[in-house]
Amino acid sequence: MSKPLELPISRPAEVRQLLPRPPGVRLAVYLILVAGALVSVLPFAYMVTSSLKSYGSVITNNLWPWWPFGNEPLQWQNYIEAIQHTGWDRQWGTWLMIRYFANSLIVSGIIVAGVLVTSVLAAYALAQLELPGREFIFLFILATLMVPGELVLVPKVVMMFNFGWYNTYLALTVPFTVSVFGIFLLRQHFLQVPRELFDAARIDGAGHLQYLLWVLLPLSRPALVVIAVLNFIWAWDAFQWPLLVTRDPSMRVLAVGLQQFMVGEGGVNSHLLMAFATMMVAPIIVLYFVAQRAFTEGFLSTGIKR
Amino acid sequence: MFGRKKGAGVLQKGPAGRRFREYLLGYTLLAPALVLLAVFEFFPLFYGLYISLCNWRLGCAEFVGAENYVRAFRDPQMWQALLITATYSLMSVPVQLGLGLFFAYLLFQKVRGRELFRLVFFLPYVTSTVASAAVWSYLYNPDRGLINTVLGVLGLPQPRWLAEPTGVFALMARAFGVELPAWAHGPSLALVAVFVYTTWVFVGYDVTVFLAGLGNIPTELYDAARVDGAGSWALFRHITVPLLSPTTFFLSIITVIGTFKAFNHIYVMTMGGPGTATTTASIYIFRQLYEFNRYGYSAALSFVLFSAILVLTILQNRFAGRRVVYE
Repeated sequence: MSKPLELPISRPAEVRQLLPRPPGVRLAVYLILVAGALVSVLPFAYMVTSSLKSYGSVITNNLWPWWPFGNEPLQWQNYIEAIQHTGWDRQWGTWLMIRYFANSLIVSGIIVAGVLVTSVLAAYALAQLELPGREFIFLFILATLMVPGELVLVPKVVMMFNFGWYNTYLALTVPFTVSVFGIFLLRQHFLQVPRELFDAARIDGAGHLQYLLWVLLPLSRPALVVIAVLNFIWAWDAFQWPLLVTRDPSMRVLAVGLQQFMVGEGGVNSHLLMAFATMMVAPIIVLYFVAQRAFTEGFLSTGIKR
Repeated sequence: MFGRKKGAGVLQKGPAGRRFREYLLGYTLLAPALVLLAVFEFFPLFYGLYISLCNWRLGCAEFVGAENYVRAFRDPQMWQALLITATYSLMSVPVQLGLGLFFAYLLFQKVRGRELFRLVFFLPYVTSTVASAAVWSYLYNPDRGLINTVLGVLGLPQPRWLAEPTGVFALMARAFGVELPAWAHGPSLALVAVFVYTTWVFVGYDVTVFLAGLGNIPTELYDAARVDGAGSWALFRHITVPLLSPTTFFLSIITVIGTFKAFNHIYVMTMGGPGTATTTASIYIFRQLYEFNRYGYSAALSFVLFSAILVLTILQNRFAGRRVVYE
């Protein structure tokens, strides 16, 4: 089965030399690339190092207050202080920061699961079943891609009030449990599976559901990973929507919690804020290096960061 | 639900019954996705239009027709927000795409560790916008930020970055003791600082897309041109640039749309301030909604903003689209 989203980026055969290069040019190219890479990484380095410094070292921009240039120990307690600093969530009986983290995990988890389920089911119907109006339905699904998110923001917020979903997990998750991109990608994958596999499964007595579960899904793992990873990132990063549809601190997700922390502190606790930011970014960076191929393919084929 | 799906696979029913069961199964499978899309994408479009025609207080308190739109067009802050958004867009497109192509072209040469470089360039794009914007606003801090500390050590002037509503040209002229007229002040330094952050975020994405585009240009073209004696600049100018134009065009559209949608990082870094220096259209709409609960008005503003994006995209298609070369 050929992969529909093969990129030329990492194919060594495509590497070729366009410029005749004397050693000086070669060195310059590397220097520029390294400079670019440093600029990309430096803010993260600043974030992580600041999260392990005392407040004084952060505001005086002491870049390396630890051994061998200074005598400060690594301030691991910043992380505990940052968590304590967010306050107490009476509803769950835990620190709010823990609650934000749990909320982000719950919301992202439900969204990913929801998107996978709705996409798999719809894509199967569109790819495998003879239905009257199937083409029209597919066009309708694609057409919703043209609806810009900003245009439906206000009515969606009003709808959350009408449904009684304001300030609940329902508002944070349900509207995002469908993904046109997911349906489209899986449909393409399913269409590429030879029809004979289905006939063979039929003869062995499998129905549609068994065929989908035991044959198609294992074959579509790469597409499922791409969809899961992308939707996880989007959900983890969501900020505007949670800000609009939640009110209580205990309903905040990490992004909202971080912004409120920043606004509330007026910058007096920058070392704690950096610890907070590190805790928020760490899962994404780990995920990125584990599943970086899925990231690249996903972002390339969707085009827009949501 | 499961029983029905299993039943559809059973063969002993008659052909008509079997077909009916397959239809039933198909529509059942499609139902969750279709209902969600209809409720949360399709319906709000019309609902939003309706809200925009109302004086909305928990419901349509009063049907006011086009009043919200008339107000929007007379609202100087709306025009200013659109102007700021357009400026932001106009800065972002050439710089982001230029840098993206530059790095992609370098990476496309035989470079050791190409994949690692690309991964690192892509990092700002994948990490949480809210977190990185928070970090950057500390880097930009006028008094204690790393950027101004370094500038101070080097003996350079320390601008107020995100807190500076004055235009950049005005600031530069003032450094030489010249006072520019108001129309020549240029974009505020705060907006430029936001733009620098956005560039940092998006260049990696542009590099990745450009790399894919470069990989699609047939090698034979370069070989043929080289045989004809073309130098490297000629190769770049007459083969790479035209054959890359569909990619460039795609990215320019994505970037314009992205700058018009931009919200999260601007809100985290400046909340639209200082004053209204970084109040782009999407920030303005959000504040009307979030701070003043003006549902009808912000719905109308959304339609106005969307019309602006639509017109821009059509114009872009008209003028830039003509210059795109397809193989």
